[in-house]
Amino acid sequence: MSSSKASRIGEETRIDKVNAELVTLTYGTIVAQLCQDYDSDYQEVNKQLDKMGYNIGMRLIEDFLAKSGVGRCANFRETADMIAKVGFKIFLNVAPTVTNWTSDNNQFSLIFDENPLADFVELPDDGRAQDELWFSNILCGVLRGALEMVQMQIEAHFVSDILRGDDTTEMRVSLVRYIEDEMPPEEE
Amino acid sequence: MAAPPRHSAMLSMNSAVATPQPMPGDMSQGPPQSLTPQPSQGLRVPSNRKTIYDRHLNRSRNAELSRASFAYLFAEMVTYAQRRVTGIQDLEKRLNEQGYPLGLRLLDLLFYRTTTTSSSALSSSSTSSSPPNRPLRILTLLHLIHGPLWRLLFGRSADALEHSVSPDTPNEYMITDNDPLVNAYISVPREMNQLNCAAFVAGIIEGVCDGCGFEAKVSAHNQPTEMWPSRTVFLLSFGESVMEREKVLERSGIK
Repeated sequence: MSSSKASRIGEETRIDKVNAELVTLTYGTIVAQLCQDYDSDYQEVNKQLDKMGYNIGMRLIEDFLAKSGVGRCANFRETADMIAKVGFKIFLNVAPTVTNWTSDNNQFSLIFDENPLADFVELPDDGRAQDELWFSNILCGVLRGALEMVQMQIEAHFVSDILRGDDTTEMRVSLVRYIEDEMPPEEE
Repeated sequence: MAAPPRHSAMLSMNSAVATPQPMPGDMSQGPPQSLTPQPSQGLRVPSNRKTIYDRHLNRSRNAELSRASFAYLFAEMVTYAQRRVTGIQDLEKRLNEQGYPLGLRLLDLLFYRTTTTSSSALSSSSTSSSPPNRPLRILTLLHLIHGPLWRLLFGRSADALEHSVSPDTPNEYMITDNDPLVNAYISVPREMNQLNCAAFVAGIIEGVCDGCGFEAKVSAHNQPTEMWPSRTVFLLSFGESVMEREKVLERSGIK
């Protein structure tokens, strides 16, 4: 499927909406709460956000398939387009740029021009948050969970974030392997 | 961690809000920062200046996002809170506390936005469009919550606003939402049927009240009707000091 077709699906998929600020603010309180609960141990906050995202991703994929009506992707490059132009478009109303492919077509970057989750956000000025916290880390978990449900084991992490003073917000996504269908273990 | 008394928390946050960083996502309510001396360079900012100071506060005013995304986040927030509490009351308290700082900050946003709209609407006829006043009386505050706050959060006004009829509790008011968005995708197990996750919204209301100087406790209660199975009543009980002030203001005829 061509990437322009993916864009069209992303644009045309009809979904119920809410005020964007409600989503932004709710996410903000989640991160703030984690920072409080884990005593500003930002590594741990990143981990928890990723876990939450994973839980979301596992459920979100079904919603994604039902709403978009897209079928199986032929290769990982097509998957990347689907994620950026359909998935992110539907659920966050942004379409990050897919770029920086490795030559084996197993790794790419998503560059976010806009990130509604990070609207109105300033990281704590404690000399650490800007080096340790990935504010939108929940998105990595979402991708991991969602793709696992369609038989792709991936690894995703942020490599830069405007909130940290970088010029772009970039997530790196790598395909680890395609998960083969396995027979369930036999009941004893 | 022992929670600081709400009012002191509020004061410290208000001072944070007074600087031009009025927003909820930031984490100024986090734990105290370490006391080791910091190099005073402050936060790094991107060279393309996409910071909260450079972007207009009304940019996302009419923006919309997927309702599913909200539902996923909120559900995850409740699930997370649930793992760290001992009972329903505790869970509701936690959700309430998560909403509270949002209320404080939304208040400023609401006032800011009412100023800009009223000034643009009146610009031709009156040169001195007065900034909107903060509510002084309970009723004005309740209308602010019932109308503008609800519209900002949920895109519509709340469904009812009532005063307690009991002579014992003149300080109690009720705001009703027939079908709260926050509960639309939460299924509460039978054994927890007391739980109402709109406690989060109650926290937001409490933050708005406190931010206006109306000390109040706000809680969310299930009051289902046949037509509205998830109808929720937010009970606002104002503190004694508020009621006393109310009487004084009433006598001096201040609206």
